[in-house]
Parts: sequence; C-alpha cells; structure tokens
Amino acid sequence: MENADLLVDWSRAQFALTALYHWLFVPLTLGLTFLVAIMETIYVKTGKSEWKTLTKFWMTLLAINFAIGLATGIIMEFEFGTNWSNYSWIVGDIFGAPLAIEGIMAFFMESTFFAVMFFGWDKVSKKMHLLSTWLVALGSNLSALWILVANGWMQNPVGMRFNPDTARNEMVDFWAVLFNPNAVSKFLHSISSGYVLASLFVIGISSWYLLKRREVLFAKRSIVVASSFGLLTSLFLLASGDESAHQVALNQPMKLAAMEGLYKGEERAGIIAFGQLNPDKEVGDDNAPFEFSIEIPYALSFLGYHSFDAFVPGVEDLVYGNEKYGIISTAEKIAIGKEAIASLSEYKEAKKSGDLVTADTALQRFESSSHYMGYGYLEKPEDAVPNIPISFYSFHIMVGLGSWFILLFIVMLYSIMTNEMEKRRWLLWAALFTIPLGYVAQEAGWIVAEVGRQPWAIQDMLPVGMATSSIEHTSVMITFWLFAVLFTGLLFAEVKIMLKQIKIGPEEH
Amino acid sequence: MFENLSLLVLQQYWWFLIAVLGALFVFMTFVQGGQTLLYTLAESDKERNVLVNSLGRKWELTFTSLVMFGGALFAAFPLFYAVSFGGAYYVWMAILFSFIIQAVSYEYRKKPDNLFGERSYEILLFINGSVGVFLIGAAVATLFTGGNFIVNTMNLSRWTMPSYGLEALLDPFNVAFGLMLFFLARIQGSMYFLNNVAEESIAERARKSVRTNALFFLPLFIGVAVAILLMSGYGYDPQSKSVEIVAFKFLKNFMAMPVVAIMLLAGTLLVLFSLYSTLFKESNRGIWSSGLGTVLVVMSLFLILGLNNTVYYPSLSDLQSSLSIENSSGSHYTLTAMSYVSLFVPAVLAYIIVVWRAMDREPITIDEVEADSHHY
Repeated sequence: MENADLLVDWSRAQFALTALYHWLFVPLTLGLTFLVAIMETIYVKTGKSEWKTLTKFWMTLLAINFAIGLATGIIMEFEFGTNWSNYSWIVGDIFGAPLAIEGIMAFFMESTFFAVMFFGWDKVSKKMHLLSTWLVALGSNLSALWILVANGWMQNPVGMRFNPDTARNEMVDFWAVLFNPNAVSKFLHSISSGYVLASLFVIGISSWYLLKRREVLFAKRSIVVASSFGLLTSLFLLASGDESAHQVALNQPMKLAAMEGLYKGEERAGIIAFGQLNPDKEVGDDNAPFEFSIEIPYALSFLGYHSFDAFVPGVEDLVYGNEKYGIISTAEKIAIGKEAIASLSEYKEAKKSGDLVTADTALQRFESSSHYMGYGYLEKPEDAVPNIPISFYSFHIMVGLGSWFILLFIVMLYSIMTNEMEKRRWLLWAALFTIPLGYVAQEAGWIVAEVGRQPWAIQDMLPVGMATSSIEHTSVMITFWLFAVLFTGLLFAEVKIMLKQIKIGPEEH
Repeated sequence: MFENLSLLVLQQYWWFLIAVLGALFVFMTFVQGGQTLLYTLAESDKERNVLVNSLGRKWELTFTSLVMFGGALFAAFPLFYAVSFGGAYYVWMAILFSFIIQAVSYEYRKKPDNLFGERSYEILLFINGSVGVFLIGAAVATLFTGGNFIVNTMNLSRWTMPSYGLEALLDPFNVAFGLMLFFLARIQGSMYFLNNVAEESIAERARKSVRTNALFFLPLFIGVAVAILLMSGYGYDPQSKSVEIVAFKFLKNFMAMPVVAIMLLAGTLLVLFSLYSTLFKESNRGIWSSGLGTVLVVMSLFLILGLNNTVYYPSLSDLQSSLSIENSSGSHYTLTAMSYVSLFVPAVLAYIIVVWRAMDREPITIDEVEADSHHY
C-alpha cells in the first residue's frame, strides 16, 4: 500500500474510533437530560421528595456519562484541523461556522448550568434549579443541532460556491446551510434516537431493580416516565428515519443502493427484510448479490422516492451509467472532474504570470466542469462505491433493532398499566438485555451514515484522500493507538463506576 | 449592519474576538493552576476534597473556553486552523490528550470502583495543569517565533519538520512563555482558593504559594516582555502583501496603537497590584484584579500580533507562506454571518456572571462539601 493510502486509512480509522467512542455517550446525554428534567418538574409540581430522589439518582448516572462524553468530544472538533487540514481549508469557510456557533450557543449553556444542576440544590431557588436542568437539556440538544448541521452539509453540500482564487468553497447562503433538509432530518433522527436510548437505559436498569425485588416503587415510577417518553419519541424516530432515507435517495443514491445491496436498479424496488450478501459479488460481475433474501415488495421505491413506481438506481447504474434513466457514468464524471482540476491549475498559473486572457478562458472551462471536480481525484469508477456489506448490515441491524425497541416500549407500558410488570420476569430480562442493543443500534446508525458516504468527505465534492493533513501516516498511527488505549481505559472505568452506582441504588443520592 | 463593513474591518473584528477569547481562557487556567496545587495546599484528604470541589464548579468553563477558542479560529481563520493543527500535530495532540484526561478526573476521582484509584485521577489533573498549560503557552509563543510550514498556491499546507511542532520546544522564548503561563496559572489558582475556600489553614498555604510562584513568574514575565519589545517581527506591505522581517516590529506596533500599549501597562499594573494586595494586605480578592490584568495583557499581546499589518503566524520555512489576518480568514459572507452570531456573546457572559455569583455567594467549606450528596 502506498503512503498516501496508508495515511487516509489511518486518518479514517482514527476519526472512526474517536467518533464511535464519542457516540457511545452522547445519545444517553441527549435523552437523559430531558428525562431528569421531566422527573424534576414532577418533583417541583408535586413537592414529593421521592421524585427528588429519583431525579438525583438518574442525574448521578448522567454526570458519569456526561464527563466521558466531554472527554471524547473535545477531540472531535480539533481532529478536523489535526487530521483533515486540507478539508479544514477547502470547506472551513462553511464548516467552521456551525462548530463555532455550537460553542457560543450550546456549550456554554451546558457547562454553566450543569454546575447549578449538580451543586446548586441548596444555593438557588427550586425554580431556578429546575430552569437550569431544562437549560442543560436544551443546551445539549442545541449542540446536537449545530454539529448535525455540519454533518448534514457533508452529506448534501448546499449554500456555497467554489472560489477559484482562494481555491476553496465559500458560504453564500447561511440559511440554506441551516435548513438543509438533510441536516434537519439528521438532527431529528439523531436526537430522537438519543431519547429512545435514554428510555431503554432507564427501563433496563429499573427492570434490574424489579428483578432483584428492590427499589420497587422507584423503578416503577421510572419505567412509567421512560416508557411513555420512549414510545412517543420512537414514533418520532420512525418518522425522521423515513425522511432521512428519502433525503439519502435524493442526494446520495449510491449510499441508498449500498444500504440495500441493490446492484442493478429497478422500478418498484423492494426492501430486503432479511438477507445474506454473497461474499464473492463484485461490482460489474454476474454473480447474484444475495445468498438468500426476503424482500418486501415496492417498499424501497416508496421509502426512497415516496412512489411505488419510482426507479431506484443500483450501484452498477451509478458506476456505469444508465441512459434510459439519464444517469451518467462515473467514468464520464471523472473525465469532467479532471478537466476541472487541470483548468483550475491553468487559471492559477496564468493569473500568477499576469496572462489575463488565458486566465479567463481557463476560468470558463473550469466553471463548466467544476460541478464534478471531486470526481477528478478518483482513480477508477469503482472507487465511487462505498463498502457494501458494512453499509447493508449496519442499516439492517439499525432498522431491526429500532422495530424491537418500539415493541418493547408498548409491552412495557401495557404491563405497567395492567400492573403485571413484576410477574413478567422474561420481560424484565428482555428490557435489561436491550440496553446494549440500544448502543449497537446507535453505532450502526453512524456507520451507515459515514461509511455509506465514502469515498466522499463532502458528497461528490471532496474525496477523503484529498482531505487529510500532509503528515506521515506513522504519526497518525501513534495517536490512533494512544486514543484506543486511553478511551478503552476510560470506558472500562466509566462502566465500572456506573454499575457500582446502580448497585448502591437511589437512596444514597 | 455587519455586511456593510469591509473585509479588513471584519477580519480585525474577528481577531479582536479571538483576542478576547484567548484572554478569557488564560484567565480561566486558574483551574489548571489550582490542579497542580492539590498536594501543596492541602495536608489532609478533607482539605484536598474541598480544593477539588472548589475547582470542580469551574473546570467546565475553562474547558469550554478552549473549545470555543478553537471553534472561533476554525470559523474565522480557517487557514490557521489547517496550517497549525495539521502541522504542529504532536504539540496539539499532546494538549488535547491533557484535556481529555481532565474531563473525567473530577467526576471519577472519588467514585467507588473507579478502576484506577483516586491518586491516578489526581495525577491526571496535575498533568493537565502542568504539561497542558505549558504546551499551550509554548504553542501560543510560536505566533511570535514562527512555525515550519509551507502553504502552496492552492492554499494547502504541509509542515517541513518531522517533529511536527515539537521542535518549538528548542526555542528558549517558547519555553519561557510556556513556563510563564504555568506559574501565572498557579498564582491565580492560589488566589482563587483564597477567595473561594473558607478554610484558614488552606488560606495560609495559598498565600505562601502566591509568593513562591510569583518569584518564578515575575522574572519570566519581565524576560518575555523585554524579548517581545526587542525582537524582530514579520510585517507585510498592505498593497503587495509581500512579507518581510521588521526590526522592533512589536515595539512599533505598541507605538502605533497606544490604546494597546495602555492595555498592556494597565494589565501589568493590575497583576502587580493583585500580588501586592494578596501578599502585603492579606486581601482575598486578588484573583479579580489579577484576572482583569491577565485579560488585558493577553489581549494586548494578541492585538499586536494580528493588527497593524503584522504577520501573526510567521513561516520559518518560506517567508511568503506566513499567515496574516488578511490571507487566512473566512470569506466576507461568513465573517458577516458569524459577526451576527457574536452578538450572543454578551448574553453568554452575562448568564455566566449571574450563575457564578449565585453559586459562589458563600465560600466553600469542608463541612459543606461533606454534607453535599453530590460532590467530587
């Protein structure tokens, strides 16, 4: 492998490692802040001290989780500079803004009121304390908004234009970036997934108490709040997931094809409910894509384009082109992209030497080809295809688990209403074992979003290979292992502390 | 409003905001300074706990200021973000690691079953307060002394030294600057404890600590200040943008911008006054004058670095690759949009001050920490 490939692989590995670790902690914070805010509201409204105990217990677990979320989060922002410095220049004019706004609008709110939430019980009034708790919830969710505006922009770059003089993309429409449909659906989908995870977390731990026959009232109260919140938000999760898939179909058809293992496009395309991919299948060969599969007919056309008859392009249509549906081949895009890169260099050279006539014609050539400039950096058409097995399996794991969560919330809520919760010990065990599944679904969701986007750092504009810093891959390798050791150590510490606090129980808090 | 300003004015406005954020961050490193004093100022576990809890209500603000400083640089001066972070890789990574370990230490230190033991988390806090602050100081000092990078015609950059930034530690100015920041953080940490903790035994040791650290800080401060006034800097021609070395560049900047010179002087006097009042007048309020003084001094340094046609990040590998606020900033549109966002800053500062006052109305005592069910 060449050094450039090694560099991009290690840079991606490091970013993936740090992002996956970070995402272990963020969703719980997003949801648990709201759950404790709801519990504290009940406390303030009713004045009953048992609700204060409840609030304080879940708050303690929140704090343990919050700390490691911060620890793994600081690196995410700076890694754009340290490991993706070309990216930072080429799109920093757009991408840096939401990150800075996140700091001003969200981080300070979180960190300021977090201190009140934990240490201010006797220092500020009840109402001020409650307000602080809500502001922490609002702050953490606002933070998610801005970072997902940034991420949504990577999936669907809007509101900018390429400036040949500075050789970068520049923002021309802030509102287009903020209200990017991809960002909106991503934000709603991610925060609601956090609410669902937090609900699973509270339900699972409360079920453990019920299995142990301790803290019974506490556990039941927690389950009522969490399963109502979970059911409500999982419906929201479903709706935003549907919209996310629609956005993917519109802006990232290759990702959608990879998520479904769809090699040859078709009208009235179905969704694979279950399937095992054929490991020998390569793009362009005649092998069948699946060893076996069970399909829900028409569903993919409907999910992607909201029409049962819609044509869903497959991986091969997108790579080799499909005249009937007006899809141009990746080879053609690469040729146009190379023209854009060459004319941009020519423009820069001519401008430097003061040859304005050549500069002008080069600029015209650039502008007519710049929409595919990103493709000019690809070596061959097949490079435009993301890893299909990873995209396919993570998507299906996410959707399958999501469906299970909804069912669990319904059964939990029904059981607690009919007062049969404690009798159904199998249900309590199921709820307990669903906690790790919640995390699996979270990570799978991110893997679909980010692996499915490959090879692009910015969809169709900037391949990951062009986005890295110009450093030795060995440097990234060293920091990768440092992160791996450090974050793993911290994760073990976090889990141990959390388990101990759960064992101690709510009375001590 | 902002859209009618010229690009240069927007660049200057954003450099000013960077100066404010940088200055507030340096003030807030009293948390880091305090973290290095846990064993110097406390003689028992109870005393140590009260110190940790006193800092524990503030550390997130410092952490957030650092993140905000990075975010503002990314949005307003993306080329600096790309060149420095991607080039001085090891230095920035070391700084980040020192903050990663800080973020868990407060919460996990006292928790049962914390895997590594209380002492380990205290060591991590010490590393953050010492190595972290020293390296940030050294990294900021390279804005005066330069970095080894090249920026090509497409504005893509690379570092020319395989040590990726660690070579900065061979420059005595950078080292002195880092050490100066370290001792300043310890002085301010001690002053913060004097103000925030109501335990006589700790107060006595904190006052001693102010004196000891001031003995290291003052010569370093004088040395660094004199070096800055005497050193050559890098300036650029406003028309041709070509970069050249200018003798006494920073001294000239102070003379060209008397307000900034007054900020430096006033800031220095305030820091000196805080030392005087703490050491000779038994005052517990030194942190405020020292804090304001620090903010003014750090702001004045950022302002002479970025304004008056000065290069704020010189390249030692290729003079013309050097970065100034003019050639490294975001576009007019982005700076305008971000300027509107910056109008939120006063509101943010206001609620921070309100909450700070509400939480710190009474100094912390050992009894209070022990009585609180949620404490660090």
